[in-house]
Amino acid sequence: MSAVPTTPEAARIAPADALLRAEGLVKHFPVRRGLFGSAAGAVRAVDGVSLAIRRGETLGLVGESGSGKTTTGRLVLRLLPATAGRVVFDGRSVFDLDARALRALRREMQIIFQDPYSSLNPRMTVGAAIEEPIRVHGLAGKAEARERVAALLARVGLAPDHAARYPHEFSGGQRQRVGIARALALGPRFLVCDEPVSALDVSIQAQILNLLADLQRDLGLTYLFIAHDLAVVRHISDRVAVMYLGKIVEEAETEALFRAPLHPYTKALLSAIPVPDPKTRRERIILPGDPPDPAAPPPGCPFHPRCPEAVPECRAEVPAFREARPGHHVSCLLVT
Amino acid sequence: MTPEPLLRIEDLVTVFDGAEGALRAVDGVSLEIASGETVGLVGESGCGKSVLALSILRLLPRPQARVIAGRVLWRGADLLALPDPAIRRVRGKEIAMIFQEPMTSLNPVLTIGSQIEEAIRVHEDVGRDEAWGRTVDLLGRVGIPSPADRARDYPHQLSGGMRQRVMIAMALSCGPSLLIADEPTTALDVTVQAGILDLLRRLQKESGMAVLLITHDMGVVAEMARRVLVMYAGQIVEEASVSDLFERPLHPYSAALLESVPRLDAPRGRLRAIPGAVPDPRAFPAGCRFHPRCPIAVPECREAVPPLETKGSARRARCIKVLGAVGGTRT
Repeated sequence: MSAVPTTPEAARIAPADALLRAEGLVKHFPVRRGLFGSAAGAVRAVDGVSLAIRRGETLGLVGESGSGKTTTGRLVLRLLPATAGRVVFDGRSVFDLDARALRALRREMQIIFQDPYSSLNPRMTVGAAIEEPIRVHGLAGKAEARERVAALLARVGLAPDHAARYPHEFSGGQRQRVGIARALALGPRFLVCDEPVSALDVSIQAQILNLLADLQRDLGLTYLFIAHDLAVVRHISDRVAVMYLGKIVEEAETEALFRAPLHPYTKALLSAIPVPDPKTRRERIILPGDPPDPAAPPPGCPFHPRCPEAVPECRAEVPAFREARPGHHVSCLLVT
Repeated sequence: MTPEPLLRIEDLVTVFDGAEGALRAVDGVSLEIASGETVGLVGESGCGKSVLALSILRLLPRPQARVIAGRVLWRGADLLALPDPAIRRVRGKEIAMIFQEPMTSLNPVLTIGSQIEEAIRVHEDVGRDEAWGRTVDLLGRVGIPSPADRARDYPHQLSGGMRQRVMIAMALSCGPSLLIADEPTTALDVTVQAGILDLLRRLQKESGMAVLLITHDMGVVAEMARRVLVMYAGQIVEEASVSDLFERPLHPYSAALLESVPRLDAPRGRLRAIPGAVPDPRAFPAGCRFHPRCPIAVPECREAVPPLETKGSARRARCIKVLGAVGGTRT
C-alpha cells in the first residue's frame, strides 16, 4: 500500500488521523438540450469539495436541496464517477483502484439510504436481502451466512424470525433497521448515512439515531452523516460541514458551529429552524429568493445574491476556504 | 371559547373501505375553531389528520371513504348535509385549503395567473380584467417578485417555494374566513419554510382569517399556533394552549413526542425514543391506542378507550393516568 501525498487544502486534519480524505471533488452533470442532445453546459453539483473524517468520528454534512450533499456522498464511495478530485480511504486512492480492489473496498465502505423501501427488493425476504452481500463476497457458506443474518438482525433490534418476512410487512422504522443490517453485513468500517431518518415518523427517528450511536460505539464505525435537519445533525455529529451550491462554506466542531456560526448562510439556516418552545421568539433571518441554478452559479461568492451582509467585493472575488478560528473553517470575505 | 365558533366538528367518524372491512381513519373527533384563531393539529403519519381535513370540505376520495357519523358545523350549518352546489360555494370562497405538494394541485398546462383568475371568477361575478388585476395583486401580496410577469408563467417554471406562494395566493383569492393548511411547508427547505410561515402569519394578521395548521413538526406549531390538538391513531388525545402543551404536556404521547425530538436548544445526549411503531389503521390497539408504547401504562389502559376529559378551562386529555394527577406523573 503506497502512501498518498496530501494537498494543502486537505491538510487541515493530520493524515494519520483521517480514515477518509476527499480532495477537490468535482461532479459536473452535462445538461443536454434539443433533439440531438448536444451538451449545453453543465450542472456543477459538486464544485471543489475537500473533507477529512477521523477514525471513529461522525462528520455531519448539511445543506438544502441542490446543495450537492448527496452527490458528495456518492462520489466518496465511487458510486458515481467524479469529474475531478480524489478520495483516499485508509491510504488507498479510491478512484485508482481496479475492479478487484474496488470490490474488496466495498466491504469496508457502505451506505444507508433515506428510503429503505426503495432500496430493498420487494420480492426478497429481508433475510435473503441481508444474506446476499455475504454470499456475493464469498464470506460464508450457507449455514454460517444464516447465523450471521440472525446476529445482524439482533444487532439492529429485530428478531431472528423477521428474516422470513418481506419488506412490506415491516414498518418504516423496522425497514430502516433492515437497511442498516444489510449495510453492516460485510463488516464495514465506514458508513455514508444519507438522510437515514428523514422519511421516518418523528416518534421513530430517535430509535434509529440511538441505534446508529450504539453501533458506532460498539463497532468503532466512522460516519459521513448527510442530512438537511440541523437538529438531527447537531445531535449525532462530532464535526459539521455546511454545503451551499456545491461547495463547503463552513466547517467546525459541532458545538462551535452551532454556538458561533461564522458564515452568513449558516446563520440564516440556523435562524430559520422553528424551535419547539413557544416562549422563544428569535430574530429570524429570512433569505430573499431561491438558491441559484447550479448550472449557472453566480460569480464571486455563490451566496452573495441572497446574503444579507454582502458587499460589492463579494460579487467579484471567490472567497477562500480558510481557518478563521482554530479548527473552524469558513469561506466568507467578511469574516475577520 | 366564543359561544358560536366559526367551525365546530362534533364526533366525526370517517371510514375507509379496506380488505379487512371499514377502517376508522377518524374516530370520534370533536373540535372548535373561532374566528381569526390559529389552531395546530399535530400528529404522525396515519393518525387521521389529513383525512379529518378532507372530511371537513367533503373532498374524501369516493367511493372508498365516507363520513359515517358526526357533524361539521360551519357558522352553524352542517356542511355534511349541504347539497353539492352549496358545498362548492363554501369551498374556496369561505374555506380554502393548501396542501404539502403544490405541484399536484396546479394544472401544469395553464399559466398560474389564469388558474387564480379562474378561481376568482368561479366565486365572484367579476370581469376578466378585474379578475386579472386582482390576480397580479395577490401574487405581489404573497411575495412573488415581478407578479405581472410571473402570472404568465407555468407551474414548472417556478421553484417549490414559489409554487406554494401561488397556492396561497389562490387560496386567498376570495377572502376565505378559514384556511386549512395541510403540511404546507413539509416539502420545502428550511430557509424557504421560514419565508412561507412568515407570509402566513402576515396574511392572517391582515385578513383576520382563521387557520387550521396541520403538521408533524412541533417547532412549526410552537411558532404559529395559539392552541394545539394532538392526534394519535384517529383520535384527539390532547388539546391545550401552545404554552401549556409545551410547558406541561398531559398526555404521555404528547410528552414523549416532545422529548424524542433532537433540539437545537438542548444539551446533546441519548434521545428518549418512543418504542414500537406508529399503529396501522387496520389494527389499532384495543383500549387506549397508545398503551403498547406508553411508559406509564397500567393494565386498565388495555380495557377501554379513555374518554377525552376536560382539565381546567381549556385543556382536554385522553388518559386515565394523568387525569386527577396533573403533571405529577412525568418529569
